[in-house]
Amino acid sequence: MSADFVLLTLAAAQLLLALAMAFAFCRLLRGPRAHDRVLALDTLYVNAMLLILSFGIVWASRDFFEVALVIGAFGFVSTAAAAKFLLRGEVIE
Amino acid sequence: MTTVAALLVLAGALLAFLGSLGLLRMKTFFERVHPPTMGTTLGTALVLAGSMLYFTALERLVLHEILIGVFMTLTTPVTYILLGRAALRREQNDPGA
Repeated sequence: MSADFVLLTLAAAQLLLALAMAFAFCRLLRGPRAHDRVLALDTLYVNAMLLILSFGIVWASRDFFEVALVIGAFGFVSTAAAAKFLLRGEVIE
Repeated sequence: MTTVAALLVLAGALLAFLGSLGLLRMKTFFERVHPPTMGTTLGTALVLAGSMLYFTALERLVLHEILIGVFMTLTTPVTYILLGRAALRREQNDPGA
């Protein structure tokens, strides 16, 4: 019974995270200006990282930790580069 | 033990969900910046705590999720300061749209 409850709770959490990714993607497509899209991309990356972590818990595998770490790093680098580009017109000066 | 971990993950996912909903529903950019930070700070912290608790209950002490927590804590303000500054300048130079 307890294992069923745990799996059900984790499935609900994954559904919420998938919906969160869908909302962020919606804003990414719709966002009126470029900085709205960059903000949506950052949110999308964070939600994807949380979803990967929850997959690691459901499948009881610790390999997903590295995937989540790499996704977090990529999210930071891409968002910081895009924001720098919007700010200065160049990424590396 | 695993039940508590699953509930922690659910709470974190709920925060991330509400943050993304706010990102979709708010009217202007400077309102939209605020909601996603719920998911990136407390949401991430809760999911990481749930993951640590779950794997610790499964076999032995697991703490390496703290690495992601430290990384997110360091990088999120940097990103948002850069993005906020870029948005401020763009809105000043070219308002409307």
